[in-house]
Amino acid sequence: MSYLLFQITFAAYFLATAAYIVFFVSQKRRVRIIARTIFLVAAILHTLNILARYLEAGHIPITSYHETVSFFAWSIAWSYLLFRWRYTIKNFGTFVSVLTLLLMFMAAMASREILPLVPALQSWWLPVHASIALVADGFLALACIGGIMYLLQEREIKRKRFGLFYSRLPSLEALDRLNYQCLSVGFPLMTLGIIAGSIWAKQAWGSYWQWDPKETWSLITWLLYAALVHQRFTVGWRGRRAAIMSIVAFLAVLFTLWGVTFLLQGVHTYAA
Amino acid sequence: MPHDSIVLLGVNHKTTPLEVREKIALSGGYDEPLASLASVDGLNEYYLLSTCNRVEVLFATGDPERTKGRVLDMLFGDTVTAEDANHYVYCYEDEEAVRHLLMVAASLDSMIVGEAQILGQLKEAYRYAAQKRTCGLILNRLLRKSFSVAKRVRTETRIGSNAVSISYAAVELSRKIFGQLQGKAVMLVGAGEMAELAAEHLVGQGVSDVVVANRTLERAVKLARRFNGRAVSLEELVGQLAAVDIIISSTGSPGLILNKDEVKSVMRERRNQPLFFIDIAVPRDLDPGINDLDNVYLYDIDDLQSVVEMNKAERDVEAVKAERIVAEEALKFKCWLDNMEVTPTIIALRKEAEHICRAELDKTFGRLKNISPGDRRAIEKMADSIVSKILYHPMQFLKGGNTRLDRCEKINTVRNLFRLDDDNGPIREP
Repeated sequence: MSYLLFQITFAAYFLATAAYIVFFVSQKRRVRIIARTIFLVAAILHTLNILARYLEAGHIPITSYHETVSFFAWSIAWSYLLFRWRYTIKNFGTFVSVLTLLLMFMAAMASREILPLVPALQSWWLPVHASIALVADGFLALACIGGIMYLLQEREIKRKRFGLFYSRLPSLEALDRLNYQCLSVGFPLMTLGIIAGSIWAKQAWGSYWQWDPKETWSLITWLLYAALVHQRFTVGWRGRRAAIMSIVAFLAVLFTLWGVTFLLQGVHTYAA
Repeated sequence: MPHDSIVLLGVNHKTTPLEVREKIALSGGYDEPLASLASVDGLNEYYLLSTCNRVEVLFATGDPERTKGRVLDMLFGDTVTAEDANHYVYCYEDEEAVRHLLMVAASLDSMIVGEAQILGQLKEAYRYAAQKRTCGLILNRLLRKSFSVAKRVRTETRIGSNAVSISYAAVELSRKIFGQLQGKAVMLVGAGEMAELAAEHLVGQGVSDVVVANRTLERAVKLARRFNGRAVSLEELVGQLAAVDIIISSTGSPGLILNKDEVKSVMRERRNQPLFFIDIAVPRDLDPGINDLDNVYLYDIDDLQSVVEMNKAERDVEAVKAERIVAEEALKFKCWLDNMEVTPTIIALRKEAEHICRAELDKTFGRLKNISPGDRRAIEKMADSIVSKILYHPMQFLKGGNTRLDRCEKINTVRNLFRLDDDNGPIREP
């Protein structure tokens, strides 16, 4: 059941992305409506897919690699939809749908076997810690996309050569605000996720922090974002620098999520 | 019975120099000239448009030649000599007039092609005319058509999406940097005409605060007053940078008046809020290196010019599309007008036939006393269908567009054949 749903979801994201790209190039309103509708449907199907998998596995499906990546894509899609509900950013959807599709592609490549839950993970902290962290990552991903859009737009304005993006992307101000808004949701959530993890660690292993690679990298990522948020609030870092920083910090997020699992060993490695 | 001619008289920026336009412009609003047009003989429907670039009057009349002269006298007689009027005023009739109006509404005839203001002005002019009930069947239809054509052009082409003057380009760029211009402040350095124009556009887009810095304070004060702003001296320039967002520089200074380090020094105080410098002075006022600073953007006159050129090229392509739309819609309107001619004849013909049919039925029913209501209805139905079958071909003849006969001739034929214009009316009784 969940398998089938995943396939359909994947196909729907694919169509949504294709429609978004067509819209991005042609700027026809009708295409945008189609793209939005498909994306919304895809996100809903995705939710059903995760629920179905939850019922099949009997635990929240964010333990295997496939599950984690899929859940990450889901959190990006929904944090976008949530954001979309409050604010409008021209052509944001195109970029978000591309990233979501990429993640879904990675999830589709991975093994979809449902693994029994390791005893260490059998705790109600698992959904709390992992889902908060991944939802935070969703918003941070949006900040990163905002950063990329900012850099593309700024490049054209600074160089005074207007190409594909100038007319299609929103104003620099709007993109910078997007960065700010996503950070101000994503960063507190990330902090919360780390705290939850550390309390869980105390219960499961007896100490709050063990410096295993995943924890270390989370801390590094957290520090990067903390620096960005701090600079934004105190000296008014913004624009290009904030955009670059969001991208770099998000790369750290990705590394924490995968790089650590594949390259380094530690207590979090069961997730592979 | 042909319909009224549609006539459009007017002057615009292309045909007429500003000195003459100034005199002709209806500065006192629409009420008075509309009222005076009411007294012109032969004007069945009329409407007036006056903007800074054009004055046009559109009317429907049965006698175009005579009415034209009267309208010209009435509107421009006091201000311009007859010779000037003949020289500058253009006159379009019927299809040409329709096409011109649609071109104007779609902003294809504007000084800045594609600018959106004209449609609003047209609507306002129409509102006045509608209040005074000076528009009838034809002009109401035509003007509404012009609004929908303008909208169609706007949605189907990208004609309005590009800035094609230096000052518009400056506004457009500001919007790409700042998003909303509400609450932003602009500083004019040097009080040139072009800077003034750009400032005017920016204020029109919501910029709330204007600061003028000039070598002579007197001129600065004067200009500042125009925008409800404040004046500062050139020495305060760097200090003022903390408080403004857009700087338009146009001094006659031979060297640079602001360098990179000076700008850099204020960015901390500004908490890195973006700054947009527009340097329209030749030789340049601002250090080109300023553009390398983070969150600071500098455009000089050549940069703006190239933006304008790029937009113009694209706009010309779009204008071709837009003109195709206008031609298409003008043709549709012509079809409607032509049908207008035919419609009264069709109505008269059908009415006449129904009249005969009714009279004959009444006579028959008078003799047939004992028929059931069902039979009665059947007979009525039969009579109706005989009438419509007989009229079918004459109607098609009237409406049809394929015959080589002139429309007027066709109408005449039908009217003669059925004696629709006969004073005694067609045959009533044998």
